[in-house]
Amino acid sequence: MYRDALRHSYEARLMSDQTSDTAPANRPRNVLQSLEVDTRLLGMIGAFILVALVFNVLTDGRFLTPRNIFNLTIQTASVAIMATGMVFVIVTRHIDLSVGAILAACSALMAMTQVRWLPGLGLEIGHWAIPWIAIAAGVVLGAFIGAFNGWLIGYQGIPAFIVTLGGFLVWRNVGWYQTNGQTIGPLDQTFLTFGGINGTLGGPLSWGLGIIAILASILLIFRTRRTKVSHGFPVKPLWAELCLAGLCAAAIAGFVGVLTSYQVPSRVVARDPEKYGCAVAEGCTPVYGLPISVLLLLAIAIVMTVIARRTRFGRYIFATGGNPDAAELSGINTRMLTVKIFALMGVLCAISAVVASARLANHSNDLGTLDELRVIAAAVIGGTALSGGIGTIYGAILGALIMQSLQSGMAMVGVDAPLQNIVVGAVLVFAVFIDIQYRKRTGAK
Amino acid sequence: MATPLVEMKNVSIAFGGVQAVDNVSIELYPGEVVGLLGHNGAGKSTLIKMLSGAYKMDSGEIWVNGKRVSITSPRDARDHNIETIYQTLALADNLDAASNLFLGRELTTSLGFVDDDRMEAETRKIMARLNPNFKKLKEPVSALSGGQRQSVAIARAVYFNAKILIMDEPTAALGVHETAMVAELIQELKKQGLGIFLISHDTREMMDLCDRVSVMKNGQMVGTERVEDVTEDDILSMIILGKNPKAAA
Repeated sequence: MYRDALRHSYEARLMSDQTSDTAPANRPRNVLQSLEVDTRLLGMIGAFILVALVFNVLTDGRFLTPRNIFNLTIQTASVAIMATGMVFVIVTRHIDLSVGAILAACSALMAMTQVRWLPGLGLEIGHWAIPWIAIAAGVVLGAFIGAFNGWLIGYQGIPAFIVTLGGFLVWRNVGWYQTNGQTIGPLDQTFLTFGGINGTLGGPLSWGLGIIAILASILLIFRTRRTKVSHGFPVKPLWAELCLAGLCAAAIAGFVGVLTSYQVPSRVVARDPEKYGCAVAEGCTPVYGLPISVLLLLAIAIVMTVIARRTRFGRYIFATGGNPDAAELSGINTRMLTVKIFALMGVLCAISAVVASARLANHSNDLGTLDELRVIAAAVIGGTALSGGIGTIYGAILGALIMQSLQSGMAMVGVDAPLQNIVVGAVLVFAVFIDIQYRKRTGAK
Repeated sequence: MATPLVEMKNVSIAFGGVQAVDNVSIELYPGEVVGLLGHNGAGKSTLIKMLSGAYKMDSGEIWVNGKRVSITSPRDARDHNIETIYQTLALADNLDAASNLFLGRELTTSLGFVDDDRMEAETRKIMARLNPNFKKLKEPVSALSGGQRQSVAIARAVYFNAKILIMDEPTAALGVHETAMVAELIQELKKQGLGIFLISHDTREMMDLCDRVSVMKNGQMVGTERVEDVTEDDILSMIILGKNPKAAA
């Protein structure tokens, strides 16, 4: 008797576990679905445009001038570069609270290398090799600190929060020891070109690059389509591809157009006419064009996106974030993966340190203070989920841009400093709230 | 008799003070399905996880095709053509079917980038065979039903020419129709000469699918019997009482 009862309980449990399979519903496609654009991306771009328009009205049109847009991009670059790395860190369910401190440590090392140590070794100030040796030293230090953090987290099992909270206190002060707390400067002239205003491409080069970018993006769109057709996969209608290509081209042209209409003030040209190609031409009006720091950011964005989408490393990052156990059972070395992710984060901190210190023309100990929070906020506003497995590089960059716009916009309007932080904090929470609501609606996790 | 495909000899593993698997031996021959039965916590899954490389055994030996092998990671197991379908399915919910199918073994282009298109094409091919209703190739597997998720997990195991297949409760989350499909698949794989370890709670299903059943209780092997030699009641009493009625008789 009891055997029968037991069998019944076995079967009852089996039945309760059964679920039925539902056929996928074929919904009619609307315009947005035909274009297959990411609606979350559209939402973020919409939010950014709204922010920009509101500030433009509040500042009587001063917000959307070429000059202010130029400044916005160079102010965003440093945080945005680190935010691309933070996406990988957060996607794998970790956090890095030490990025601002690592930035300061790398910046201190690079400043000391180019201002004190290399000249001390006999390389005269202004020697061509100085900035490159300094940058290499900074990148190696960043990679080393990051890898060390990753080793503590991956192999020793210390939570990332604790390791990087410790690093937050440690690394900035390691930098302080290197410099004895002094501000180190002036930095090398070539080094300064990575900072923004001191390193721009000018008009013709900017347009040349813009045209190459437009051609490349169109080529990419149609090559992707051709591969899909060759595999017999469904493709979007041709008009949708053309629209997309047109939008890309317009966006790139618009961006270059705005930055190349920011003219170099005449008194700046008068100081060093040859630098702006105005040695002979009377009444010439040179423009700034694309800043090198922004190009650096764009290059990093492309590389990081390729890593995320097209490499095993990137695939494993997202798989581990989605289900760490499954990743491990699939033979992925998740510990080594953690080391690599944090090392990459460290390298990006070092590159950010180049941009940030070059923008200010010297190294000071408070460089990058609170950057860890800005970087995390940028990634999160950009749709990176702290629960892991979800995040995009372009989202993080847009997140950084939105935050920087809010901050500079409020400063231009003349909002009180405490109120500025209150708004940024509220926006951070609100953005995540919207994101959660969006995911609920669309059924995505 | 032929050499066993896989032989686990006197394996043991303990977690803290608990002896989860205690001196257990089991073997599997080509074209054979061996069922593992027992209560929750009897040690079935733990035993199987030592073979699939998820756990490292404390003592004992594993022999594959008559050669002693060392399996210390899931990668080792895969190198010996041992594939596992876990009870939890072990899918990364945020990735699509193709990414999950090839996870850890991505197809790459000549430049070393992952070749999503080729992987998707391969996934379409194998899914057309395993589950013709499967259409959601682009969506993350979190958007799939239990049955569809299961077919992704099964596809992952059979795609890579497994010789030894471990199925941990493969039908627990499935409807009647899909359960029948899994049974059919098991028969087909058997014909191809694979050896299959099957874990399930459903004794009747096990009687139908398996050639032999092994019953475990409290980490120890109660006994292994050919299904035609025992009744369902014999097996249930082995599970519950932990004694082999045939051995006692």
